[in-house]
Amino acid sequence: MTVRYRKERLDRGIKARCEDMFALSSYREILYLLLPRVLPVIALLCFPLLKGVVGLYWEKVLVITCAIALLSLSWDLMASVGLVSLGQALFFGAGAYLTGFLNKSLGWPYFLTIPFGTVGGALFCTFLLLPVLRLRGVYFAIVTLTLPLLFTRFIEASKILGGNAGISSLSPLPHLWFELYVPVLALLICLFSFRRLINEDYGLVLQGIRDNDLAVMSGAINIYKFKAQAVFIAGMAGAFAGAFMTHYYQFVGMPAFALDYSILPLTCAVLGGVGTFAGPTVGAFILVPLSEALRAFGTLRVVFYSAILIICVVGLPEGIFHYIQRKYHQFERMVEVG
Amino acid sequence: MDKTEDQTILKVEDIGKSFGGLLAVDKVSFHVQKGELLGVIGPNGSGKTTLVNLVTGFVRPDSGRVIFQGLDITGKMPYRIAELGMARTFQMVKPFYHLPAFKNIIIPLYSPRVKKLRGGKYGERDAVAIDLLEEVGFERDSFVPYKVASSLPHGYLKRLELARCLALRSDLLILDELFSGMSMSEVASTLPIIERLNGEGLSIIMVEHRLKELFRVASRVIALNFGRKIAEGSPHEVMESEAVKAAYLGSEAEG
Repeated sequence: MTVRYRKERLDRGIKARCEDMFALSSYREILYLLLPRVLPVIALLCFPLLKGVVGLYWEKVLVITCAIALLSLSWDLMASVGLVSLGQALFFGAGAYLTGFLNKSLGWPYFLTIPFGTVGGALFCTFLLLPVLRLRGVYFAIVTLTLPLLFTRFIEASKILGGNAGISSLSPLPHLWFELYVPVLALLICLFSFRRLINEDYGLVLQGIRDNDLAVMSGAINIYKFKAQAVFIAGMAGAFAGAFMTHYYQFVGMPAFALDYSILPLTCAVLGGVGTFAGPTVGAFILVPLSEALRAFGTLRVVFYSAILIICVVGLPEGIFHYIQRKYHQFERMVEVG
Repeated sequence: MDKTEDQTILKVEDIGKSFGGLLAVDKVSFHVQKGELLGVIGPNGSGKTTLVNLVTGFVRPDSGRVIFQGLDITGKMPYRIAELGMARTFQMVKPFYHLPAFKNIIIPLYSPRVKKLRGGKYGERDAVAIDLLEEVGFERDSFVPYKVASSLPHGYLKRLELARCLALRSDLLILDELFSGMSMSEVASTLPIIERLNGEGLSIIMVEHRLKELFRVASRVIALNFGRKIAEGSPHEVMESEAVKAAYLGSEAEG
């Protein structure tokens, strides 16, 4: 007679009774919950200090990673309201061009252009998307995919905002520490406030709209108001990334509306785990540095990159973050059956 | 005349809707008195749910008017109509599947209407939500209100719909086939809740296939067939009407 085994999964001692309610009774349990949240934050804050060790090149990769992570957070917030977007580049580009315009034409300094670019860009995108907020799923996605492409061609044809050449020689950021720490801090603030927001009652309404907008409407709630607010908040994250990168590159041009800024955030979110905000951040911190690390392969870079991406998505369809979270909260052991 | 106007909470005049060539609701008029429980019956496909959708704003009428508490609400958005005090359940349950049951109730509790009723404060929503769920029979002691909606049986989801309506503290409650898909014991425990709510003065429209239960609580019934109102009156009168008998059983002429 053969002995058969079955994998048994057990939840660890501390368990959330209802998502966000925990019963803690010791320092060990507090550490158990705190470490996965605190360690990445410390690592992220320390990374710019290691400039001498890792080199300036990788510090610059950190800045780009943070920008993409902000865009993927912005994508995830919109997805939490059921608005699947294929056009985060719209936010990025709006923030970038507004910042460039304010700096070049009006001569505003960076500490005014970045906040105004962030809020103004988000407002612009929100008003632009207001008429299509009643669309859902693939219909909304198509509109958001088209808008950045439309703006690229519009700027090219009308030659406004620098046309083909873009706006160059913008004022630089004041200091290397500013360049490195502002995106890191912005990312951390954005990540934790989004996670907080979605677990508040306000966030429940957003999730409700994703699950069933008719049921939310029957609950006497104006879903279009909530959708517009969510687009604005998500837009701020995306427009900030654009506004910051404009000063970082000291240039803004048509690439700000490029398809990369639409597709890469979406890929990060899918790879990392949709709906958690931590997942898209993890995704960005895997994909962007990976893409840089593969530069050594020259032309084959995209082949390796795509292959790794496909393997990850097929192997962990739920997303890397969901997988790690599950493993962290569970024991696994083999038990005899039969 | 004025007095009767005051006593009418909902007045529907010649409302009509066609989908493509299909006339779903054809010039239906009815009214609901304050504190009354009006039953709506009719065979499958007779336009009952469309009628509910027309009144609650989920479908725009082609013709006719809906007057609720003296206000013309024809063609208003569903959330505006709900805010004015008309709550409805859905025949096909629409819970927020990945949220725990009590968080389903927090969403209507977050509405401006509830805030206004509570004097500008939202208050302790979790507790209110769990109390409401207990009221419709979610056993608090076995943590049923904390269970994720997708893990609940259909009967519970139906009652979750009811609790979501109660959260709005509406003036008119529209129940669209609340009892369909419920077990006998669930119906038996839910019916007294509806009787009590009606006894407390809440006006209710009940669209129902379970005639025996409906007739126990309804004071007046209208019957629909092919989108037309074919009978109106006390439950007894409606069941005795030839048109209703013909609609349910088929007339002799039709064989």
